Amino acid sequence: MRIDGKGLIDRTKPVRFTFDGRAYGGYRGDTLASALLANDVTLMGRSFKYHRPRGVMTAGSEEPNALVEIIGARNQTPNVRATVQEVFEGLAARSQNRWPSLKFDGMAINDLMSPFFSAGFYYKTFMWPRAFWEKLYEPLIRRAAGLGSLSGRHDEGLYEKSFAFCDLLVIGSGPSGLMAALTVARSGADVILAEEEARLGGRVLADDIMVGGKAGADWVAEVQAELESLPNVRIMRRTTVTGVYDHGTYGALERVGLHQPARANLPRECFWRIVAKRAILASGALERGIAFPMNDRPGIMMAGSLRSYLNLYGVVPGKRITLFANNDGARATARSLISAGVPVAAIVDSRPDASMEDGTIVHAGAQVVDTKGRLQLRQITVQKGNERIEIETDTLGVSGGWNPTLHLTCHMNGRPRWSDELAAFVPQDAAVPGLVAAGAANGTFSTQGCLAAGHAAAVQALSDMEIRPAAIALPQAEDTPYRLTALWAVQGKGRAWLDLGNDVTTKDVALSAQENFSSVEHMKRYTTQGMAPDQGKSSNVAALAVLANATGRSIPETGTTTYRPPYVPVSIAALGAGGRGMGFAPQRFLTSDQASRDRGAPMIEAGLWYRPSYFPKPGEATWRESCDREVMMVRETVGVADVSTLGKIDIQGADAARFLDFVYSNTFSTLPVGKVRYGLMLREDGFVLDDGTTARLGENHYLMTTTTAAAGLVMRHLDFVHQAFCADWKLRFISVTEGWAQFAVAGPMARALVNSFLEAPVDLPFMGVCPVKVGGVDGRLFRISFSGEEGYEVAVPTRYGEALFRDLVARAETMGGGPYGMEALNVLRIEKGFITHAEIHGRVTAFDIGMEKMISAKKDCIGKANAARPGLLGPEREQLVGIKCSGATALVAGAHLFAQGDTIKRETSQGYVTSVCWSPTMGLWLGMAFLKNGRARHGEKLRLVDHMRGVDLGVEICDPVFHDPAGGKLRA
Amino acid sequence: MPELIAKSPLAGRAPVTRGTLRLSETSMEAITSIALFPGQSKAIAKVLKPLGLTFPTPNTVAQSGEARLIWTGRDQAFLTGVPAPAIPPEVAAVTDQSDGWAGLAVEGPAAHEALMRWVPIDLRPAQFPVGMAIRAPLYHMQAIILRLVANRIDLMVFRSMARTAWHEIDLAMTTIEARDMRTK
Repeated sequence: MRIDGKGLIDRTKPVRFTFDGRAYGGYRGDTLASALLANDVTLMGRSFKYHRPRGVMTAGSEEPNALVEIIGARNQTPNVRATVQEVFEGLAARSQNRWPSLKFDGMAINDLMSPFFSAGFYYKTFMWPRAFWEKLYEPLIRRAAGLGSLSGRHDEGLYEKSFAFCDLLVIGSGPSGLMAALTVARSGADVILAEEEARLGGRVLADDIMVGGKAGADWVAEVQAELESLPNVRIMRRTTVTGVYDHGTYGALERVGLHQPARANLPRECFWRIVAKRAILASGALERGIAFPMNDRPGIMMAGSLRSYLNLYGVVPGKRITLFANNDGARATARSLISAGVPVAAIVDSRPDASMEDGTIVHAGAQVVDTKGRLQLRQITVQKGNERIEIETDTLGVSGGWNPTLHLTCHMNGRPRWSDELAAFVPQDAAVPGLVAAGAANGTFSTQGCLAAGHAAAVQALSDMEIRPAAIALPQAEDTPYRLTALWAVQGKGRAWLDLGNDVTTKDVALSAQENFSSVEHMKRYTTQGMAPDQGKSSNVAALAVLANATGRSIPETGTTTYRPPYVPVSIAALGAGGRGMGFAPQRFLTSDQASRDRGAPMIEAGLWYRPSYFPKPGEATWRESCDREVMMVRETVGVADVSTLGKIDIQGADAARFLDFVYSNTFSTLPVGKVRYGLMLREDGFVLDDGTTARLGENHYLMTTTTAAAGLVMRHLDFVHQAFCADWKLRFISVTEGWAQFAVAGPMARALVNSFLEAPVDLPFMGVCPVKVGGVDGRLFRISFSGEEGYEVAVPTRYGEALFRDLVARAETMGGGPYGMEALNVLRIEKGFITHAEIHGRVTAFDIGMEKMISAKKDCIGKANAARPGLLGPEREQLVGIKCSGATALVAGAHLFAQGDTIKRETSQGYVTSVCWSPTMGLWLGMAFLKNGRARHGEKLRLVDHMRGVDLGVEICDPVFHDPAGGKLRA
Repeated sequence: MPELIAKSPLAGRAPVTRGTLRLSETSMEAITSIALFPGQSKAIAKVLKPLGLTFPTPNTVAQSGEARLIWTGRDQAFLTGVPAPAIPPEVAAVTDQSDGWAGLAVEGPAAHEALMRWVPIDLRPAQFPVGMAIRAPLYHMQAIILRLVANRIDLMVFRSMARTAWHEIDLAMTTIEARDMRTK
C-alpha cells in the first residue's frame, strides 16, 4: 500500500513492470520489492529446502528471501535480490524455486517431510547402497539443488572492468560516510565515495532523521551537491565494495545499467579495482531477527526495513502492523508508522522493564511464540507470563538488535571482537592496514555519534597522509542511547528459522552440536547456515549464539565463521569482463593476413598469431588435396610462406658471444660474421627449452630466432639469465619480432626467385646471411631451410611486408610455384625429420632427440650439469625415432607404441607418437615418435594403438629423416 | 624489381570519436632503441647533448623540439622524432624499432578514464602528468604509455596486436559514452 506524501520516489515518473507475467505499476526510485509491496504483493519467493512461501524480510542487499530471476532480451539472471533491483519500464521479473507457480508449489511437499530433512539428512541417507550414488542419488540431488535457473545460452550482455585510485575510499554514505567524505574532500584529498544504494544517505533517509536542524533528505542533498561540485571527489552510487586485498586494493561491483532498460554499449555491471591510501568503512549495521517459532511467514520482516519502505518508498506492507523487539529501535518504527497514519496493533517487547509509551499497546516481558497464515501472516500468538494473547496482524516487524557491517574488516584474516554491551561483534582495530571502521559499522548507533565518528576517522586518515584537515562544523542530530537485552531464540513448538536463505532452524544448530559438530565452522558446514546467496548476513550471529547456548559456551568462546570476499554476489561475467570469445587473448595479425584471406586460406591460431592453414585452389575438395599439392610444389618448384611469427631477438655487446655460449648448449663465439648456426637451448633442469637459428651480423651483434610459440618464453629466460647471473656483462638485447616481416622461399627454384627481386643477385652459401636491397628497401637474406629444399628467408621492415608477400607469391606463381600454409610446412618438416614443440614439449632432453653432442664439452651452459644426471642418458630413455606405415589407415599423433604380442595396457607402452603426416613425397604415412631405446631399434615392427580414436595398426621404426638424409638438396 | 608500398599497422584506419573522446592511429616515425652498456651514462650524455636531450630517468620522457627520448626499461630508452645520432658501439646497443610498434592516441579530458578500463596504473592528469612514460599492461598485452601534452595519452603497442588494442580502447570509449547517457 502506498502512503501519500511519503517516500523519495519520483511520482512524476510511473513505470510498468511484470512479476510472474503480471503487470504492475511503480515509480522511478522504487525497488522491485517496494513496488511489489505497494501493489500488495507480499509473497515473493519460496524457500530453498522446504519450499515455504516467503516474503521480503529486509530493504537491502542482505535480503535472504526475495530472490527473483530478471529476464532480459539477451540474458536471464537468477538470484537477484528484489530489494536491490530497481524497477524500470519493461522490467520482467520471475519468482524462482517453485513449480508450477509461486502460490501453489508442488515441491512444498518437502515441508511436510521436514522432520526427515533436518541438517545432516543427505550425509546420512545417501551413504548406501554405495552403487546408488553416481547413478541415482547424485543426479537426484543435483536436480533439486541450486536456486534459480539459467537460460542455457551465453550471456550476451556487456560487462566492464576498471581501475581507480584515490587517497581515501569511503565505503557507505550514511551519516558517518558523508561526514568523512565531506571532511576529506574539503581538505583537498582525492575521495571516492562508494554507496551500494542508488541514493546517498543511508539510514539518514531510511529513518528520516533530522540533521543540523534540517530534514535528513535536505541535509544529504546539500552534502551531495557540495561533494559533486568538488573536482577531487568521485561519487560511485550503486557500487558495493565487495572485498579487501593487499596493498590497499578494494574490489567493488557497480550496477551500471541494471536499473534501466538495456541499451547497446551500456555495461550491465562494472567490476572495479580501487587502490586507496586510506579507507573508512562506514557501511552501517544490519538488523538481525529473533528466532521464534514459525518466524518465516510472508509479512514477517525487519522492523527497520518497515521504516525504510515507509520513508524511502512511501510504502507500508500491511494494514495492521505489530512489532516484536528486544530493543528501543522498534519504537521508532511505531512512531513513524503512526505519524504516517498507519495503525500499529501492538508492540511485543521481550524486556520486562520496557517503556510502555509510544501510542499503542505495549506487551512488556512478552514473546511471540507462534504465528499463523500460509501465504500471508494472519495472526501471532504472544506469551506474556502465563498469559497467551492472540493478535490479528498481517505484518510483524522484528528487531533482535543490530550487527555492525564489519565484513570487510575480516577479509585479511582479522577476527571481530565481541561487545557485551551491544551484544554484537565489532571490528578489531587495525584488522586491515589503512582501513578504519566508523559509525554504526564500528558499533556507534546514534546519528550524532556517527557524524562525529565519520569526522574523527577522516581527520585521522588526513593526518596519516600528512594533509591538514579543513575546519568543518559538526551538525547536531539525535543521540539516543542504544538499549537492548539480548534475545536470540524463543522456545516453543514449531520450527524457528535462523537462516531463511538456506532454511536452517534452531533445531538444526542444536542437532549439529548434539552430533558433535560443535565448532562454529563445523556447524556451518553441517547445517549449511550462512551458505545461501546472502551468506548469512542476518543470521550468522544469531546462529552462533544458539550454538553457544547448545554447547554451554559463551559467544566469544564460540567465535565466528570466516567472513570472506565477496560481500555480495559478484557475477562471473563482471569479473571476466572483456575476456569473452575473442577477448580471451590479443589477436596477432601478419602483414600477409589479408593477402592470405583473399586467397581463401583458412586461418589457424598459433602463438596468438593467425596463420594460413593452406591455400585452396578450385577443384580441391579437402585440405589434404591442397596440402599435398603445396608440398609437391615446394619439392618441385618453389613455395613462399610467411614466417614472421618466429621470435627474433637482437643481441649486442662485447659479451654477446659469451652470453650466447652460456644460454645455448652449443658454441656461438666461433660462428663467423655472416653465418647462421642452429642452436639448442636448455632449461636449468637440463631439459630442452627451445631451438632455432642465430645469425652473426657483426663482431658483437647477433640475431637470435626462436620458435613462434616460445618467443616470449625465451625472451623471459634470457632476461632472467642476464639479470640473475651476468647483470654486469656488456650485453643488451631487445625483441625485434614485430619489426621484421620475414618470408621463406623454398624449393629447387628458390634461388631463381630470390635473385629476381634483389637489386643485386647474391650467391649465398648454405647457413649464410647478408644484407640485401629489395625495391630500395634495406633487408636481410638468410639461407636456411625448414623444408629440406634449398631455402631462403628474406626479411624487410614490417611496413613493407604485405607488399613483398604479394610480390613474392606472384613471382612464384609465374614459376609454377605459389604460397604454402602451415599444413604443408608441417609435412615438409616431418619428411625432413625436423623437430617442433610437438617433439620438444618440455619433457625431453637433448639426448632424447639425439642432440646430446650439441652440449659442448668445451664450455659450461645453462642446463649442462643437470642434463648429465643419471636417468637422463641411456637406453631406458624414450628416444626420437621415425615411424612409417604403407597402409591406407592414417597414423595418429598421441597414439602409443607397443611390442607385437604384448598385452595392450598402460604399463607395456614403449613410447608415443608426437607428429604424423601423409607424405606425398614418399607416398607413405610418416610420423615422429619417442620410443624406449628407439635409436637402437630402427627396422623393428611395432603396434600403434590409440584407444581414443580406435586405431590399432602396425608401423615400422626408422630414422626420423626421410627426405634427402644426406642434405644435398638444401646445400645445393 | 618489386615496388614495396609501406603500410601503417592499422593501414590508416580513420579516427573514431565517442562522446568527448577520440582515438586515432599516430603516424609512423623512426623509433630507435638506445640501450646503455654498463657505466656509459656520461658517454651517452655527450652524445645526446647536441639533440638537447638527456637520458631519461625511469618513467619519464625527455623532450626537445621534435626529439623525444622515452624511458622503456632498465638503461633503455626509445628515441623518436629524429634520426638516431651516431652512437659509438661501446656506449649503447642501438636497434631500429620503427616497424615494431603501433602508435595510438586517445584524446579528450577523460582519456585516462578510457585507458584505466584496461591499464592498472593511475593515469589521471595529476598523477600522470605531461612528461611521464610507463610500461604497463593494456589488458592482455603490454604497452608503452606516455603523456606528451595535456588531454591526450599516447600509446605504443606491439604492431601485430594493434587491432586488438584499437578494439579494446574503442570499447572502453563506447561504454563511457553510454554511461554518460544513462538514467541517473
